Amino acid sequence: MNSSSITLEIWVIALGMVLMLADFFVAPDRKRYLAYAGIVALTGLLLVSFSGDGVCSIFGVSFSGSFVEDPMALFFKRLFIGSAILVLFMAAEFSDRFASGLNEYYSLVVFALAGMLFAASANDFVMLFVSIELITITFYVLTSFQKNRLASLEAAVKYLILGALASAFMVFGIALIWGTSGELNFNSLAQVSGQFVNNKLFLAGSLFVLVGLGFKIAAFPFQVWAPDVYQGAPTPTTAFLAIGSKAAGFVLLLRVLFVAIPAVTHHWVHLLMALSAITILYGNLCAMPQRNLKRMLGYSSIAHAGYLLLGVAALNASGQAAVMYYLSGYLFTVTAAFFVIALVLRHVPDENISGLAGLNHRSPLLAATMTISMVSLAGIPPLAGFFGKFLLLKAIIEQGPAHHGYYLLAFIALLGVIISISYYFNVIRAIYWSRDPADLSPITVSGPAKFSIAICVAGIFWLGLFPESVLNFAMSAASAIK
Amino acid sequence: MNNISILTYIAGIPIFTALFLLIVPSNYRVIFRAVSVLAAFVSMILAVGMFCHFNQAQVDSEGFRFVQDVPWVNSLGISYHVGVDGINVGLILMGAIVAFAATLCSWEIKNREKEFYILLLLMSGGILGAFASLDLFFFYFLHELALVPTFIMIGVWGRGDRKNYATFQITLYLSIGALIALLGLIALYLQSGANTFDIPKLIDVIKANPLPVNVQNFIFPFLLFGFGILVSLWPFHSWAPLGYGVAPAPTAMLHSGVLKKFGLYGLIRLAVPLLPQAMHHWMMAIAWLAIGNILYNGWVAMRQRDLNLLIGNSSVAHMGFIFLGIASLNLIGLSGAVLIMVAHGFLAALSFALSGFIYQKTGTLEISELGGLCRKLPFVGTLLLMAAMAGCGLPGFANFVGEVTVFFGVWSVPALHFIVTLALWGGLIIGAVYMTRAIRNVLHGPLPTEFAQISGSTSLWRKIPYALLLASLLLFGCVPSLLTDKINPDAARLTASAQTRKAGPTLMAMSQAAPLKSPLGN
Repeated sequence: MNSSSITLEIWVIALGMVLMLADFFVAPDRKRYLAYAGIVALTGLLLVSFSGDGVCSIFGVSFSGSFVEDPMALFFKRLFIGSAILVLFMAAEFSDRFASGLNEYYSLVVFALAGMLFAASANDFVMLFVSIELITITFYVLTSFQKNRLASLEAAVKYLILGALASAFMVFGIALIWGTSGELNFNSLAQVSGQFVNNKLFLAGSLFVLVGLGFKIAAFPFQVWAPDVYQGAPTPTTAFLAIGSKAAGFVLLLRVLFVAIPAVTHHWVHLLMALSAITILYGNLCAMPQRNLKRMLGYSSIAHAGYLLLGVAALNASGQAAVMYYLSGYLFTVTAAFFVIALVLRHVPDENISGLAGLNHRSPLLAATMTISMVSLAGIPPLAGFFGKFLLLKAIIEQGPAHHGYYLLAFIALLGVIISISYYFNVIRAIYWSRDPADLSPITVSGPAKFSIAICVAGIFWLGLFPESVLNFAMSAASAIK
Repeated sequence: MNNISILTYIAGIPIFTALFLLIVPSNYRVIFRAVSVLAAFVSMILAVGMFCHFNQAQVDSEGFRFVQDVPWVNSLGISYHVGVDGINVGLILMGAIVAFAATLCSWEIKNREKEFYILLLLMSGGILGAFASLDLFFFYFLHELALVPTFIMIGVWGRGDRKNYATFQITLYLSIGALIALLGLIALYLQSGANTFDIPKLIDVIKANPLPVNVQNFIFPFLLFGFGILVSLWPFHSWAPLGYGVAPAPTAMLHSGVLKKFGLYGLIRLAVPLLPQAMHHWMMAIAWLAIGNILYNGWVAMRQRDLNLLIGNSSVAHMGFIFLGIASLNLIGLSGAVLIMVAHGFLAALSFALSGFIYQKTGTLEISELGGLCRKLPFVGTLLLMAAMAGCGLPGFANFVGEVTVFFGVWSVPALHFIVTLALWGGLIIGAVYMTRAIRNVLHGPLPTEFAQISGSTSLWRKIPYALLLASLLLFGCVPSLLTDKINPDAARLTASAQTRKAGPTLMAMSQAAPLKSPLGN
């Protein structure tokens, strides 16, 4: 029972090692094809996770309660594997920009994925901390991977310092929680957390854990690193950071807030509401004047963390389901956007929005993809972003009669949406309507790139037009943590 | 019902044509123009057919015809549910005709034509679908689908140096309006407790157990101001004249004619049956805001120097009459409101089409720089004269019928007598003043020398949209029973449900609602 419940994780780690060892046997000019081997293997694992009687459908707790397999874990695991597949596609396209160590890049992506899979199933604070460290430390390396590019190194140093600080907070918080309550397991903590609602040390501990997770999801006031790291990191890393790392933060946040310390969470309504509101406004307002596309998306990812926090602040199952639905839409949308950036802005040193000028002549496919993902990020029907925001708003308003502050929160969210329309449409305007684009040479898009872009676009439309199946899955996942 | 409704085709053909155009190369001008016109034409013919067969069509238990209901997201109670009754049948017909006329008028667009046609078709299909939709989610969803192309069209193909400011303003205002309305709709969905977005089902549920008055009064402002911003309710109107002044003619036609009616339609379709007590509670406020529209914007229209701004302001003023009709909450007033919605759709589209034509010929819309155009452009000049006359409510045009009906309806509410008097002043005197002034300055008087060369000779083809819109105005003006016979039973149902519940057990409503005598009871 015990070892079979982590079959998926074992296979992923094995894959990472195989990719690393393959370095010795594969000729240098063929190394980029290793990414495709990784993709095939991960796709196989994704299919296994969907098979009815597969390893993932045995729900339950194992490893003396520290590892849980439930619909929510499964939901996030599929999300993580999907994002790793798309990131590997992107990395294969991006491979010529790495000076060396291509294999390590692929295997590090897979190791980060393993950390995320463990995070999805984490059921006590030790597992939580180990999985977070596995993700974060891998990302330090992934961020600095363009060793001869100063921005990349600078981003990695910033991420390292702030990440270490956040980890320190988190360990301290965990220590305080353990010191006061004597429990690390989420389920047993849930039994006793009611007694510690007024214990200041316990509250401080919980707050410090929240700080560490807030850093992962880039919520205000722990968002400072996001724009710099998004801008400096290699584009595939940025994409993985935007979706994988953020989703890992959210699954842990949901588990801690609603499984481990629900009694405390209900006292923190105002805190969560304020965090969400400020994060939305900060992200959107700062994104407006940005010229660098990746930096703009960095701020926009802060804003999206704020929208996702709406679902957390709603403190109800429909809010949690909305968070999961939104994240799955965000996966396709953000990956599509970064794919275009990786293909188009690779030769432009400053990666400015103006570099997209004339893209509709250079590659209509990429222009359309970028437009669709921007429109979806802005939350306009009929795309995934709209339905996700709709669900989040619905969850918030559902709580309105109980607490009128939620109406104010809904208003702030709408304000954020309106602000965001301006900068997302700026990108579209740069693509189609900028005067005298400097470079009109056509951009060739390779077959695998076309394929993965098609997956992203199909996903954006599918989640916007036919939300039924994913929504039902998200709802059953949300009911699992109640 | 499993068979596909004709409404699905009316709204679906433009949308799917737009998707098809995506793959047509942008240098095949003739093809995508012909395809777009054909799609709008087929959609219009279907709408006319639907209108003609309305009386023979099968009626379902909720009073809707041509119904199609496909479950979409079961867990949330969202379904693709379309159908028409007397309230929206005229709007869909008007929308389809205006969409066809706007597509024909798009010959004035000279650059990036393909994108323009795609956006125009999306806009037409979206709004026709929104009018046909009987599901709150799709109702909002399709309207938003139609709204976004408007911003892009104004931003890209707009004219004049205030283009960017106007685009910014219209995007901001309308997005805020739409999102406020969305909040209200979600609140309505959640408060009903029915777990369905289906409008007829919601009405049934709420009829059985009405919402408490304080909940109604809480939700209603969201709908009133959300929808109100979309309809340029005074004092949230300032986006409208500016936006229409800048917009390319087809966009202005479609938006002012069709898209803007969405908010009014939403109030009639949702607020009247679902929030009747709040409606009574807010009646005086709506009536006074409507007077703001009529008098203030009439006054502003008198001072305009630009023809498009004048038409834009007068169209905002006309919205006041419709709000007034809705505020009356009785059969005659509501029927009148629906009549004006249809009539104003044709009129606004015709006016903006004509001003677009004049701009095309002269390169300016400054009233002081124009003059004597009737000699050079006899056809367009005559049409503009007739449109102006329709705008001041001359008998023979559909607007007259609607405005008179609204006045009768509102007069039967004693509390609103004073307001009717003010509105009549606004409608008759102010409207006549600015319209005749514009006619004199644009069409008569000396012809400026720089316009000596322009010729009004256009092919018959180009005249079709104008003639079609004018013919519709005259048709419904002379035979209003075509519309009123369809509207009356459903408007009666709406007002009856609002009346019976007003007399219901809720105490607050009785003390706060203005005294209202139903014309049905007399």
